[in-house]
Amino acid sequence: MGRALDILKIEDLSVEIAGKMILKNIDLTVPKGEIHVLLGPNGSGKTSLIQTIMGLCSCNVVSGKIWFDGVDITGMPINERVDLGIGIAFQNPPAIRGVKLGHVVRSFLEGKGQAVGRDIKLARAVNFPIEFLDRDLNLGFSGGEIKRSEILQVLAQRPKFAILDEPDSGVDVENLEVIGKAINNFLEGRSGLIVTHLGHILNHVKTDVAHVLISGRVACSGKSTKVLSQILKEGYRWCERCLREKEVEKCREKRRKR
Amino acid sequence: MQGKKEKALNAKEKPAALGPDLDINSFTRDVKPWRYGPIHSLSSDITQQSLKVGIRPDEKGRAGTYFQIDHSTVFRATQKMFEGKAEVMSTEEAFEKYDWMDDYWWKVVDVDADKYTALAEMEWDKGYFIRALEGQNITLPLQACLFISKDNLNQNVHNIIIAEPNSEMQIITGCTIHPNVQRGLHVGISEFFVKEGAKLTFTMIHNWAQNFDVRPRTGAMIEDGATFANNYVCLKPVKSLQMYPVAYCKGVNSRVRFNSILYGAENSNLDVGSKVILQAAGSRGEVTTRAIASDNSQIYARGLLIGEHEDSKAHLECRGLLLSNSSSIHAIPELIAKVKGAELSHEAAVGKIAEDQIQYLMARGFSESEAVALIVRGFMDVSIFGLPSQLQEEIKKMVDITTARVL
Repeated sequence: MGRALDILKIEDLSVEIAGKMILKNIDLTVPKGEIHVLLGPNGSGKTSLIQTIMGLCSCNVVSGKIWFDGVDITGMPINERVDLGIGIAFQNPPAIRGVKLGHVVRSFLEGKGQAVGRDIKLARAVNFPIEFLDRDLNLGFSGGEIKRSEILQVLAQRPKFAILDEPDSGVDVENLEVIGKAINNFLEGRSGLIVTHLGHILNHVKTDVAHVLISGRVACSGKSTKVLSQILKEGYRWCERCLREKEVEKCREKRRKR
Repeated sequence: MQGKKEKALNAKEKPAALGPDLDINSFTRDVKPWRYGPIHSLSSDITQQSLKVGIRPDEKGRAGTYFQIDHSTVFRATQKMFEGKAEVMSTEEAFEKYDWMDDYWWKVVDVDADKYTALAEMEWDKGYFIRALEGQNITLPLQACLFISKDNLNQNVHNIIIAEPNSEMQIITGCTIHPNVQRGLHVGISEFFVKEGAKLTFTMIHNWAQNFDVRPRTGAMIEDGATFANNYVCLKPVKSLQMYPVAYCKGVNSRVRFNSILYGAENSNLDVGSKVILQAAGSRGEVTTRAIASDNSQIYARGLLIGEHEDSKAHLECRGLLLSNSSSIHAIPELIAKVKGAELSHEAAVGKIAEDQIQYLMARGFSESEAVALIVRGFMDVSIFGLPSQLQEEIKKMVDITTARVL
């Protein structure tokens, strides 16, 4: 069972998508008040993992459990997970015609009984033109605009636990700093999981632990600054080696038990 | 007129090219006349129904009003500040007043197109005449209501709408029935003349019943530098509705826009299209359709663009959303370029609501049914009509009420 001290606890999670095993026996824990990073090469399963945490239906949980703040959320509908306090900034959100960004932002703010005009303040905080509040969700948004719109929605939601999927991809240098600052301010004292491919955002956001995903498995977990600098130096080969060693160790253990 | 009567007689058995064929004799023509008087003196079951199609019984915010029940004109007026600028009357009165009415009668719709046009000529039940005088800007919308109060009645109206040179006007038309009416046939002939430099925005809202048949026949002539916007909204069930209005962009730099929002409910059969014929230099056309099919409804969304001039351009866009497995949408876009240089294009997309859109909104805290409702409401985005904000707000409310009820 998830401990009350952990905001997120994933136990032995295996997930298949369209009949293919994408995540294998994942164990991952984020204690309350910590910000973790999820690293990994393209196609390693980072996005699938956070989609499973969110409950998107294309991900089929074959085994294992996900605990959020002590509650088993493994089979819970997406919106109920949101009600419990999980928020997500998507990497590639769909465009929805006729549904205004402002409508979503205000629905969060009204739910929290916040003052009128707060949507405009939040938009300014992520350097987002307020006209965008009247625009159709993600329709014709540039890559950088999508990132800011996603962060804006998470800021409006004020979740206990924020999942940010590649908040830095496609963002120019100036806005990276703005977004990084907004995320950092927001995450102060909260918990979160940041998915990043290149790690740029980590220059602006303070994080505690990094987990590296390779081929659907957690290859290593450790202090984020150390893990990141090692990857920047040696690439993901370093983690692949780690994973191989882990597997060899597992095999040995099995043999010993026999 | 004799020639037209003869033509009509010859076409009285001629089925329409599209839509289910109807037995005209199964409807009644027998109805008592209504007395003329102010709209607010009408019973509330009538005024409440008319409100649902955008007709304000208090006439507030409207430049003029025409109200017809069954075969009788019950009210028509122009607000004082628009007297001498706009005219509203029945087409019957217009024939008495003007000797030039024949110049506009059956000019952009053929009297012998099919048995419904023939019926409208042989059994004509008035209709409205709305005209903006030369150079006048009618700053408030004019409203016209065509109402049927008796079950199984056949109503055949013939409307003439003229925007004189350099005038500007907005018209909102609501066609509806008494809540007790189940069955009936409404035939509406509408002929539009948008003259040099004029701007006409026409918005028609239909509200029928599950066993009601509707056959509008519409044509528009658009002259030099003139703009015609034709908006159509149908949100309630209907047995069969078939129409294929046509706009002739005859003038240099003439422009036409057809926008339709269709909601097919219950067993509705909607066959709705728009034709644009580009005949002059700089003529432009745009057809936008949003169709939603639910329950057992069948929707045909047609569009035809014909480029007859080398400096002409038009685009057709149709989006369809299926909400049930027993409904269907058939999008039929057609482009005919008759000269090189005519630029015609279309895009059509039909399908169910994308799962990733629902999940995205659920990740924003909405329940699944709230997410679907938001997407459907957003899909029927009335801002495509390009209406002034107050009118847009009124129509948006109607759409919102429909989506709130059906979802």
